[in-house]
Amino acid sequence: MTDKKFTIELKNLTKKFENTIAVDDVSFNVEENEFFTILGPSGCGKSTILRLIAGLEGQDQGEIIINGIDCSKMPANERPVNMVFQSYALFPHLNIKDNIEFGLKIKKIDEKEIKRRVDEILDLIKMRSYINKYPSELSGGQRQRVALARAIVNNPKIVLLDEPLSALDANLRIEMQRELVNIQRNLEMTFMLVTHDQDEALSISSKIAIMESGKVIETNTATNMYEYPSKKYSAEFLGRINIIDGYVSNTSDQKIFKSEIFGDINLENDLDIPQDAVLGIRPEKIIIERSSKNIENRIKTKGTVIDWTYYGDMSYITIELDNKKKIYIHVQNIHRNTLQELKIGKTLRASFDINDLIILEK
Amino acid sequence: MKKSLFYSPTDYARNKYLKYITFIFLITLYLPILNLIIFSFNDSKRNIVWRGFTTKYYNNVFENDVLFSAFLNSLTIATLSTIISTILGLTTAITLWKFNFYLKKYYDLALLFPIIIPEICMGISMLVFFNFINWPAFEIWPLTLSNIIIAHVSFTFPFIAIIIRSRLAILNTDTLEAGLDLGANNIQIIRLIIIPFIKPAIIASFLLAFTLSLDDFVVTFFTSGPNSVTLPVKIYSMVRFGITPEINAVSTLLILILIFCTFFVIRYLSKNNREVLDD
Repeated sequence: MTDKKFTIELKNLTKKFENTIAVDDVSFNVEENEFFTILGPSGCGKSTILRLIAGLEGQDQGEIIINGIDCSKMPANERPVNMVFQSYALFPHLNIKDNIEFGLKIKKIDEKEIKRRVDEILDLIKMRSYINKYPSELSGGQRQRVALARAIVNNPKIVLLDEPLSALDANLRIEMQRELVNIQRNLEMTFMLVTHDQDEALSISSKIAIMESGKVIETNTATNMYEYPSKKYSAEFLGRINIIDGYVSNTSDQKIFKSEIFGDINLENDLDIPQDAVLGIRPEKIIIERSSKNIENRIKTKGTVIDWTYYGDMSYITIELDNKKKIYIHVQNIHRNTLQELKIGKTLRASFDINDLIILEK
Repeated sequence: MKKSLFYSPTDYARNKYLKYITFIFLITLYLPILNLIIFSFNDSKRNIVWRGFTTKYYNNVFENDVLFSAFLNSLTIATLSTIISTILGLTTAITLWKFNFYLKKYYDLALLFPIIIPEICMGISMLVFFNFINWPAFEIWPLTLSNIIIAHVSFTFPFIAIIIRSRLAILNTDTLEAGLDLGANNIQIIRLIIIPFIKPAIIASFLLAFTLSLDDFVVTFFTSGPNSVTLPVKIYSMVRFGITPEINAVSTLLILILIFCTFFVIRYLSKNNREVLDD
């Protein structure tokens, strides 16, 4: 295996705005051809990181290395990156073709090459018949495509996308997510996206970084971030989770997690658990049991349904256990006639596999 | 009466009372001008009663050297002062929009001053000012007009700055960042993004300033000398000896020039809009 090539290397990046620290000592790397997503609540500094990479803001400390070249002090118009803005920021006085060509013309690329690249990109975004239109005549999704085309036509080392889909309606957003992924794969370009939408992050990224108040909490691949998060914050931010509070008790031959909610949980002996760790279980990993039989490696519990939200394909229910603790369960609505069992007030048995438990650092 | 219930209260075009009011408004606005134009063809020295059609007063205007030179002065002043105030107004607008500086708020207010100050005060202050600094009385044309041009710049450039600034206010700053991100330097951003975006405002304000300057009387009256008489000042001095059809004729020509200018601007602007709206 050769060394992985990094498109972006951030080293101890820090940015302050007056009294607030927007980006606080952030370091991470983005590999080549990755679809990297920064996920976090609004105001956590995720957009500021993009703007720092693009050079639209200057960092107070730290380095930005793009494709092996230190770009920390390079002016924005010389950096080999292009950005897709949340507001699209298309030039209102130029038609679609001129909008897309803008960057190429500035760089004085010859006419034939400009034509070839623009033609290619127009086919890619399926906007050939719109080249003479103006941005004001396009729908949100079409403007989004043009904004993307205007960025990728320059062959940047990395495309920075600042909440690009937040202004679109739900169906179009899903369509555009798929399109973004396809374009990224076809072009073998590195994409870096910022979003507060967890579903978006999960469905399009190859890697996710979760941020909170200026710091990166955790970086992981999309599936691992959901299935094996290591931090309580990231587990709670990405999807729902039942947190099981308790403490680890080491006996000579057993490692036991003593929890209030499910009692003692036997853990594998060789597991490395930090002292202040908690356990977590995703709501969809818990299933409703019809028999009261004991099965190996499964933790069983019983409770009363106190809340039921119906989503068509899924039901999100909350059950209250005998010890007054609440757990969330996501049930697939497989049969119509079993919906009765989920009614508020009904008593349910539920169980989950020990192997699905997640160990989380606080 | 019942019919009125079937359109929405904001559907003003269908309200017949509003239609009458609009009609009366337009009549009162344009009837005097129409009257002026009609009586410019009146074959009468006194010009009070209609005595038949003639175009001889138009010939008189073109043969009248004093009137023609006054007209030439007016055009020169309007053109030069508007060019200077467009440059000043444009740079002022960009500065006020883009930069924050000490006492900016008061600078903003000071910009409004030439607009709200009574013209008569402006005229007198200009007169006092040019006397105070001993502005030389030039002999060579168009330097003879220099003080009028300066005076006109001082009251037209705030209009230009304010119009351009209101257009700049709706320019999304993301667009400028997008330009920077796509490799444009500051000069290219101004040339390729800002200027094309505010072009309609520049043209509109240029024309407004041009018309303001062309028909200004009060400020010009106080700053003009015997060698620098403008058309409105000349008309005023002619009126003192009685209103002749000649005055009507020259006023009609002035109106025609203004209509002509406005027509081209509207055509230009609507062409621009068409490009934005369809293919």
